[in-house]
Amino acid sequence: MNQHVKLNRRAFVIGTATAGAGLALGLDLPFGGPAVVRAADGAPEVNAWVVIRPDDTVVIRIARSEMGQGTLTGLAQLVAEELECDWSKVTTEYPTPGQSVARKRAWGDFSTGGSRGIRTSQDYVRKGGATARMMLIQAAANEWKVPATECKVSNGVITHTSSGKTTTYGKVAEAAARLEPPADVKLKDPKDWTIAGKGLKRLDTVDKTTGKMIYGIDVKLPGMLNAAIKDCPVFGGKVKSFDEAKISGMKGVKKVVPVGDSAVAVVADTWWHAKTALDALPIVWDEGDNAKVSSETIAKWLAEGLDNAQPAYVGNQNGDAKAAIAGAAKKVEAVYSYPYQNHATMEPMNATVLYTPDKCEVWCGTQNGEAAFAAALEASGLPAEKVDVHKLMLGGGFGRRGMTDYVRQAVAIAKQMPGTPVKLLWSREEDMQHGKYHPVTQCKLTGAFDADNNLVALHYRLSGQSILFSVRPEALQNGMDPAAFQGVAQSGEAAIGYSVPNLLVEHSMRNPHVPPGFWRGVNVNHNAIYMECFMDELAQAVGQDPLEFRRKLMGKHPKHLAVLNAVAERIGWGTPAPQGVYRGLAQVMGYGSYVAGAAEISVTDGSKIKVHRIVASTDPGYVVNPAQVERQIAGSFVYGLSALFYGGCTVKDGRIEQANFDTYNSMRINEMPKVEAVMVPSGGFWGGVGEPTIGVAAPAVLNAYFAATGKRIRSFPLRNQNISFA
Amino acid sequence: MANLKINGKTTTVDIEDDTPLLWAIRENVGLTGTKYGCGIAQCGACTVHVDGVAMRSCGVTVGEVAGKDITTIEGLAAGGVMHKVQLAWIASDVPQCGYCQSGMIMAVAALLKENPKPSDNDINDAITNICRCGTFQQVREAIHAAANA
Repeated sequence: MNQHVKLNRRAFVIGTATAGAGLALGLDLPFGGPAVVRAADGAPEVNAWVVIRPDDTVVIRIARSEMGQGTLTGLAQLVAEELECDWSKVTTEYPTPGQSVARKRAWGDFSTGGSRGIRTSQDYVRKGGATARMMLIQAAANEWKVPATECKVSNGVITHTSSGKTTTYGKVAEAAARLEPPADVKLKDPKDWTIAGKGLKRLDTVDKTTGKMIYGIDVKLPGMLNAAIKDCPVFGGKVKSFDEAKISGMKGVKKVVPVGDSAVAVVADTWWHAKTALDALPIVWDEGDNAKVSSETIAKWLAEGLDNAQPAYVGNQNGDAKAAIAGAAKKVEAVYSYPYQNHATMEPMNATVLYTPDKCEVWCGTQNGEAAFAAALEASGLPAEKVDVHKLMLGGGFGRRGMTDYVRQAVAIAKQMPGTPVKLLWSREEDMQHGKYHPVTQCKLTGAFDADNNLVALHYRLSGQSILFSVRPEALQNGMDPAAFQGVAQSGEAAIGYSVPNLLVEHSMRNPHVPPGFWRGVNVNHNAIYMECFMDELAQAVGQDPLEFRRKLMGKHPKHLAVLNAVAERIGWGTPAPQGVYRGLAQVMGYGSYVAGAAEISVTDGSKIKVHRIVASTDPGYVVNPAQVERQIAGSFVYGLSALFYGGCTVKDGRIEQANFDTYNSMRINEMPKVEAVMVPSGGFWGGVGEPTIGVAAPAVLNAYFAATGKRIRSFPLRNQNISFA
Repeated sequence: MANLKINGKTTTVDIEDDTPLLWAIRENVGLTGTKYGCGIAQCGACTVHVDGVAMRSCGVTVGEVAGKDITTIEGLAAGGVMHKVQLAWIASDVPQCGYCQSGMIMAVAALLKENPKPSDNDINDAITNICRCGTFQQVREAIHAAANA
């Protein structure tokens, strides 16, 4: 990645956006033929996705961000598959958002969230690879004066079949780059894949084992200073005053600057000096009315939203659930709640900015290069052609780095010190207490049975915070949040897997002042806990096996059912578990993929849980790299179970109480069993991988906990119930 | 002023004795492979070796380690040859985001020095680093592979 930084900085100098592709640097028009765009080292771009060097090195451009999820490698595999190049000669680089904007968004969407990195760009990146392959073959055919149809390619070596003549991609790339791209491009049938679909090693591992990988926090620029920041601990509050004189003599301190109306930053020679001085800086806050808010007041407000008399937005409905419940032979009701969660990426938020009146450059880890670019544009006040963002490896994202608050702050600081590069780094405490939290919700679920113990109605009433209301209000529909129903929606990429004759799924929106964000799994997390734990409650109420009970409702949902059956079979559902071991399972659909999970646990003294075994299955349509899918599944369980056992951010006096990993803990190796991944890709659609399985992590364990103890836990984290890992 | 002996090289840095070793390594010596995660010795991302023992460098001061042998991730490979833990890490494709991995690798290298064939329980007791990506499965596999290398 070190190399990427250099490449990106020099790769192309952007011309003015108004003149289109013609001003991308490196353009040459030698004989009036089509233009060739060149990378920094002069190597020709066959197209936006593929650069080939004379030594046959293939540089694949990746617009999405790598944050550990393996998308960088997966996307490269898809391009290389169609390109038919030598995988051992593949390297990658990030185009910058500024370059993309200057070239009419040549690289499409940079956003890396919602488990979309591969599934929403697979089509055009594969076409990029296929188009380049066809141009390279055509260039060789032209040189040999033979029809391209008589040539074939393998591992980047082109052969003219009848004459046996051969050449390589590196030798014809220059000529290929001058050809018009073909209009008709056919993609391979995934059955024929040889590079994609394989568990190839990641492309970024070596630098991550030697300490050479450069993350945003590691950026060094000549003359760079470091900034530490404190934002008002109460969200929505402001800075009233700060006493700069108290710290002006402290070692290394260069400047104390206001950042917006709510934060103060100290700029010093080193970050340690900046942080030390900031801790000594007297700041008076105007905390405002939000200082009266606590977890208790929020919970009370959310509970009011569970009352059917309150207005609610219907997200999924058939039949008349309220009437069916009123006339039912048997009724089951439960209320669940889920707390705020911090992303707690291992690398705290940071960004480095060099601002001059002529140029604003940002170096940072971001899940959305274009959003970071837009933030820098706005915060700097400079036009697009004078702004750019250089993306670096992310020390974790999980949704947090799709936000741009830290970029805006860094630009605001650098703008007060023109010509001096400044790296803004948040302390862990700042990061914990100024997150974009997994939202809080409560849910009242009511199920009703007829006299024959058939489930005839289900009322799923959700009350709580909308992420879109705060983050993307333009995506609301008449002020309502359709994303609130992720995992319990009627149709689409997060559809419910059960058929109930009378169903009502609705949301009463309540938006506390704590800023919410997209947290790995997003609304699937709580919806899957509520629905899947309640399914177990319903099964228990009529004395049925949790798997059989679900199966009866899933006849019209064969893909949901297939993954559930897959975990049931693997974990041995229906066969005796080892002595003292109990099982639970769950299923959900999210991000276009069907997933299920099953857990085997034992419980000591009713409160000490040992997770012995986890099985998780996924049908994401296609699997681009099974080794990385396996890692994403296992990782999603660590993230989801950490939140279940240890997480939970509480609010007191308007601020978040947890400040570091001592009060917001995370699972360690001793607590995590092996996760057995069962991949059952059925083809015909492209689902996501990074997030879906987190949805089944908590309910599978909670249902196993009930099987072991007979106790239902409906409020989280488990530490609040004095339940912990054994 | 402090003399720091890092990766076999002594560097004089103009800093206060109470500066955490982590920040001296990152900012004054300029070795950024050692990561900041929590600053309170909870997460282990900043793990280095001090006289061969794994320590969380955010929790010790420059004054406390003066004259001692400090090894960071950059100094783990001896004579240009990667440490067996690094090789096992590459073979098992362990890292996801990779941010915690320098500290994880340093903790494991110290463990194997003391306990060349650790059991799963030994690993559970000794390796307490946080990894938010959840690489534990591959970490465990790579520790056993390195032990058997």
